[in-house]
Amino acid sequence: MSEQQWPLWEIFIRSKQGLDHKHAGSLHATDAQMAIENARDVYTRRMEGVSIWVVESKYIHASNPDEASSFFDPANDKVYRHPTFYDLPDELKHM
Amino acid sequence: MSHPISLINFTLHLADDALILGHRNSEWTGHGPILEQDIAISNIALDLIGQARNFYQYAARLIQESPQSEREGWMPFTAGGETTEDSLAYLRDGWDFKNCLLVEQANGDWARTLLRQFFFSAAQYYLYERLQYSKDTQLAAISEKAFKEVAYHLRWSSEWVIRLGDGTAESHARLEKALEELWKFTGELFVPAPYEQVLIREGIGVDFSLLQPKWEEKVREIFIEAQLSYPAERAGLSGGKEGRHTEQLGYILAEMQFLQRAYPGCEW
Repeated sequence: MSEQQWPLWEIFIRSKQGLDHKHAGSLHATDAQMAIENARDVYTRRMEGVSIWVVESKYIHASNPDEASSFFDPANDKVYRHPTFYDLPDELKHM
Repeated sequence: MSHPISLINFTLHLADDALILGHRNSEWTGHGPILEQDIAISNIALDLIGQARNFYQYAARLIQESPQSEREGWMPFTAGGETTEDSLAYLRDGWDFKNCLLVEQANGDWARTLLRQFFFSAAQYYLYERLQYSKDTQLAAISEKAFKEVAYHLRWSSEWVIRLGDGTAESHARLEKALEELWKFTGELFVPAPYEQVLIREGIGVDFSLLQPKWEEKVREIFIEAQLSYPAERAGLSGGKEGRHTEQLGYILAEMQFLQRAYPGCEW
C-alpha cells in the first residue's frame, strides 16, 4: 500500500430515483473523478445505486460531540414541537 | 450454419481473451496499490471471467451439437464424455488456447497492468460494438451485455493512462517502459486468424479494417492527454489466436489448471 495517503472522500449514494442521497461511507482517491469511480466499484457493486455524490471529507464541517448535551438535550422536553396536539382531518394521510 | 468449426474457434478465442486477462487481473486481488483500486481491478477481473463463461458455455453447446465425426477433434477437452465451460477452461493445453499474446503478458507494475487493460479494452470496445449486430444471435447477445462493462473498463483504464502519463516523472517513466514492453503485442488484435476471415465473410465476425482506425484514434487521443508519443513503428508479433503463445501463458495455465488436472472433476 502507498506510503502517502490519498485524500479522503465521503460518498453519498441515491439508491432509487426519487429518494435522497444517503451517506454510504468514505474512501481514498486522488481527485473527484477517481472518487466517483472508486465509489462505483466499492459501493454499487450489488446494484445499490443510481447516482453518486462525492465530497472531499475536509469540506464537511461537523457538530462537536462534546457539545452534544447543549446542542441536542434541550429538545428533549419540548414535546409541543411535535405536531401531535392537533386534530387532523381524516383525509390527511401522510403526516 | 455453414462453418461450425470456425464459429467454435472464434467463440473460444473471445472466451480465452477474457479468461486469461481476467485471470491476470485477479492476480492483483489482495495486492492492489490501494484498497479502492484493488477492488476496481478485481471487479474488472470478474467482469471478464463472466464474459468468458458466457462464451465458453456457448462454445460447449456448439461442440455438443456438432456431428459425431467433427466432435472427435474436441474429445481431449471433454470430462465424462461431455464438453462444458469448465472442461474448455481447465482441460485444454497452451496450444489450444486462442487468446491474443497481449492478454497473457505478466502484470509487471501497475502502469503495465493498466496500459495492457487500456489497449485490450479499446479493442474489445469497438469489437463488441459491432459484434452486437452479428448474424449469430448468441454472439450478438453476449456482446450486447458485455459492451456496457467494457465501456467502463475503457473509461477506467483511459483515465489511469492519463493520470500516470501526465503525473510525476516516475509515473511517466513507468508508463513509457510499459509501452515499450507491450506495444509489440497490439498489432495482433487486428490480424484476423483464418477462422475470423471465414466469419467476416459470413457476416458473423467483424471486419478488423473497420475497427483498427477507431482503435488507433482512441489510443492517439488518450496518448496526447497522457503526453505519450504514439509509436511510429507498426506492432508485429502475432500467433496467439492460432495457439502460438509466449512462455507467459504456460505459467498461467499451470496455476489455473493445476487442481483440475491433479484431481479431475474436483469440486469444493
